[in-house]
Amino acid sequence: MTPISVEDKLAVNKYDIDRDFHIRIREDICQACDGHYCLYACPADCYKLTEGHITFSYEGCLECGSCWIVCDNGAIECILPRAGFGICYEYG
Amino acid sequence: MEQRFDAIVVGAGPAGCACGYKLAQAGLQVLVVERGKFAGAKNMWGGVFFGPVLSELLPNFWEEAPYERYVAYRRLSFLTDEDCLSIEFATPRFSQLPYNGFSLLRSKFDRWFATKVQEAGAIVATGLQADDLLWDGKQIIGIIAGGDKLPADVVIVGDGVNSILTQKAGLRGELKPHDVKQGVKEVLQFPRELLEQRFNLTGDEGIAWEFIGSCTRGLPGGGFIYTNKDSLSVGIIVQLNALAQKQVKANDLLDGFKRHPAIAGLLEGGKLVEYSAHLIPVAGIKMMPRLYTDGLLVTGDAAALVVGTGLILEGANFAVASGVAAAETVIRAKQRGDFSAGSLAYYQELLEQSFVLKDLKTFKGASHFLENPRIYTTYPELVCNLVEKILTNDGKPRKSAWQHFSEVKKGKISLWQMARDLMRGKEAV
Repeated sequence: MTPISVEDKLAVNKYDIDRDFHIRIREDICQACDGHYCLYACPADCYKLTEGHITFSYEGCLECGSCWIVCDNGAIECILPRAGFGICYEYG
Repeated sequence: MEQRFDAIVVGAGPAGCACGYKLAQAGLQVLVVERGKFAGAKNMWGGVFFGPVLSELLPNFWEEAPYERYVAYRRLSFLTDEDCLSIEFATPRFSQLPYNGFSLLRSKFDRWFATKVQEAGAIVATGLQADDLLWDGKQIIGIIAGGDKLPADVVIVGDGVNSILTQKAGLRGELKPHDVKQGVKEVLQFPRELLEQRFNLTGDEGIAWEFIGSCTRGLPGGGFIYTNKDSLSVGIIVQLNALAQKQVKANDLLDGFKRHPAIAGLLEGGKLVEYSAHLIPVAGIKMMPRLYTDGLLVTGDAAALVVGTGLILEGANFAVASGVAAAETVIRAKQRGDFSAGSLAYYQELLEQSFVLKDLKTFKGASHFLENPRIYTTYPELVCNLVEKILTNDGKPRKSAWQHFSEVKKGKISLWQMARDLMRGKEAV
């Protein structure tokens, strides 16, 4: 069985994607961090490191809460997606 | 017009539904709010539910609940990169009513549970997020949801591991990566007959199969395969701080687990229908918040009511039991007209009398014990190597099991170390 990418895995999930971001990264704090734990903690690969900056795409978020627990510096501000939006598990 | 409720339950998971159901049955005006589009939309777990607590609340629930299979077989396997040593337990008693355990998919099951809560007379408002608490001095008197103030005599918090309301009530601080495990899971669909053939199941029989060893590459955690009607729940659970520190992704561990020679063939041809993730509070009593305050009770994962030992990891039955205990507390408080912390302290008493806090106390050393990396590397290798040596016929004169044991442990671990690990495991299994 050839492994498929996280992106392809997320593609089978059902989401009602909100127009607003529900996670914000505080650039000033994030820039000073070299651990980048968020990269490994996020099961949906929402965090990417590009040219020294962490970028975040919220669409595939599984709302597990790993990123803001693992970020020691408090650079991740999470507001849950608006009620009724975000991941919508059909199996769970 | 403002409607005042006797009780508002936040979260329509097993804790919230159990509480809402019991309160509505007692004739209280109950509102259950759930941020998901429907109950279960945000909920995910490994996939098995054990114990009699649900059937005490909903007698014969299996006759109408959308369960997948009953757990007829339990298997525990130790993995090295290539090898697998399994212990399976089977008894006809697991196939007799009331069943010992079920495999369930939360999205279907929680939705069903919420309809039972509604039928009992509660209002279940889905797609509604409890943003904040309403206060009168130090007494909590309701919630703010969707911009509206919703007053109630008491609030029961069942909003899960990342409980925002428990924090807002000042009952706990931030969660620590050390105190939670991350679970990732794939649901793989198969034709029902093929699945039953591969796992040697008949009728509604199912297997709950757990793994320790190379599947987490030495990190505290494990793997699981649970059989559903026509799908498998396949996943990995691993301590969150370990993922971050070792720069490992749970999804990569899951892919590696699925490729293991003992497993790959069983998953062949499965169609991925969902990929999900969730956190599990695993530090037990050490991370438990205060369970009540003036006008508020905390239940289920929000209260970290999960027991994880080397052999079991259970939360949902603790959630149901805590929801029921919270409901009993609220019914009593209503009779006395007193929703102060002093009155709601009865909740803690109930939990202390039941298996909920007794189990958490019995296994209070488990989360520390389970951080020992030898559990995930040295020991699985040791038992697999030993059994291989005993069972391999290489044409040479045979050695006793003890001689083999001395050989395979050489350079890996001393008897003294093993004895110490064993002693430390007293409170963990």
